[in-house]
Amino acid sequence: MLRRTPLFSAHQKLGGKLVEFGGWEMPVQYSSIMDEHLCVRRAAGIFDISHMGEVLVGGAQAEDFLNHTLTNDVRKLTAGQGQYTLMCNEHGRVIDDLYAYRIARDQYLLIINASRIDADVSWLHGRARSFPAGGDLAVKDVSGDFGAVAIQGPRVVEFIGQLFPGPSNEGVTAVAITDLKKNQIGAWTFAGQPARVGRTGYTGEDGFEVIAPASTIEEIWTKALAIGHVACLQPCGLGARDTLRTEMCYPLYGHELDENTTPIEAGLGFFVALDKGDFTGRSALVDQKEKGVSKKCVAFKMTDKSAPPRPQYPIWSTDPDAKKIGEVASGTQSPSLGIGIGMGYVPPEFSKPGTPIHIEIRGRKSAAMIVPKPIYKKAV
Amino acid sequence: MTNVPADLKYAKSHEWVRVSGDVATVGITDHAQHELTDVVFVELPAVGRQVKAGEACAVVESVKTASDIYSPVSGQIVEINKPVVDNPALVNTDPYGGGWFYKIKLSQPSELDKLLPPETYQAQIGQ
Repeated sequence: MLRRTPLFSAHQKLGGKLVEFGGWEMPVQYSSIMDEHLCVRRAAGIFDISHMGEVLVGGAQAEDFLNHTLTNDVRKLTAGQGQYTLMCNEHGRVIDDLYAYRIARDQYLLIINASRIDADVSWLHGRARSFPAGGDLAVKDVSGDFGAVAIQGPRVVEFIGQLFPGPSNEGVTAVAITDLKKNQIGAWTFAGQPARVGRTGYTGEDGFEVIAPASTIEEIWTKALAIGHVACLQPCGLGARDTLRTEMCYPLYGHELDENTTPIEAGLGFFVALDKGDFTGRSALVDQKEKGVSKKCVAFKMTDKSAPPRPQYPIWSTDPDAKKIGEVASGTQSPSLGIGIGMGYVPPEFSKPGTPIHIEIRGRKSAAMIVPKPIYKKAV
Repeated sequence: MTNVPADLKYAKSHEWVRVSGDVATVGITDHAQHELTDVVFVELPAVGRQVKAGEACAVVESVKTASDIYSPVSGQIVEINKPVVDNPALVNTDPYGGGWFYKIKLSQPSELDKLLPPETYQAQIGQ
């Protein structure tokens, strides 16, 4: 039985095409992936991300606990700030990638992947048990209590202040919601309930993610669509969410990340604070950083006219005795660029931008090239 | 409401057939293009290839997925629509006109009787 978000009936009313995603019944598109994608790049789009999980970590030991459990350094966060981070096992391999917000001095909110809620929560509880007993630490999965939407695009600032007027009443001291800086989070009251809003997203555009009680999320969604109309706000599905993040080379758990992959291999070393003291997976990651990796996550563009690359398509070297050097992790047609793009893992010697490769598409090799990340750069 | 022209025959798998003498033109229906959305790549069979009814002989790729296209009839491919290869969006904008896929010389004309008339196809897609 697939799970449904509090916005399920809203998606049906809007004619969203519903598909299975990580155990959830979610809209893949409303009009078309191409339209919705370009709408977010040029104007504004709203996504249901209620399937994502939320975990509250509180108490005097929360900072220590998270710094032992996650790769980034939460001590860098003041109340009202968030950071991208990863959770690794003892071998430095990725259990999940997530956002950690410090919502008060001793209170953190973790936003985790829908498909990883069970794995993450059981891992966090296990870690908490091995943490010195008798301390002040509470780990609570509140995924079922909250819904969430992402409102993304260059024109969101035109109307977001109408949806959440006035100053933040928690975390940052933002005078208005548009004063939030990247990765900051505040709280506003909506329909008598607290709604937390962070300035972040998964599209490469300016935008906000709203986390609110499940009972109010449909009203937020409906009101956003009504007032966002002036800025051409459209409902967008997971299809556009995937093409937008692929253009930006943001990893997706299950594609670029899994329990066979380290953050170093994924090119996410920036979010691993090796200097912060010990944390789960650190020694394996230090070792890998010293000795080097055997595979690296690269971005590529198709240079031949071809069908779009798809996950699991083989990647080949182009030398005379060509060999299979990897597999596509994420691949699609880029709506912004009009060409096939993707990411995949190859040995380091093939990872330099400009390196020609072949992607095997239904038994035929098509030419592609390693390119720098991100694949799509906004014209300034 | 999608368009189901009255002068065509249809396959359950959402291809249409327009017959002229012993040659049939094949494409995909308005309903199919609507379901696929955003066609970004079309792969057509080689001219001269013999295909059997029900055989996968072309591929349509949208942003999200690749879909096989099954020949509704048996015969030999005599012509393909090169413009649709260069401009796959024709499948979305003009599925019964400029978005056609290939022409096939019928080897089993009696197969045409097994195809669906417009009203049956319309009922199948629930309209």
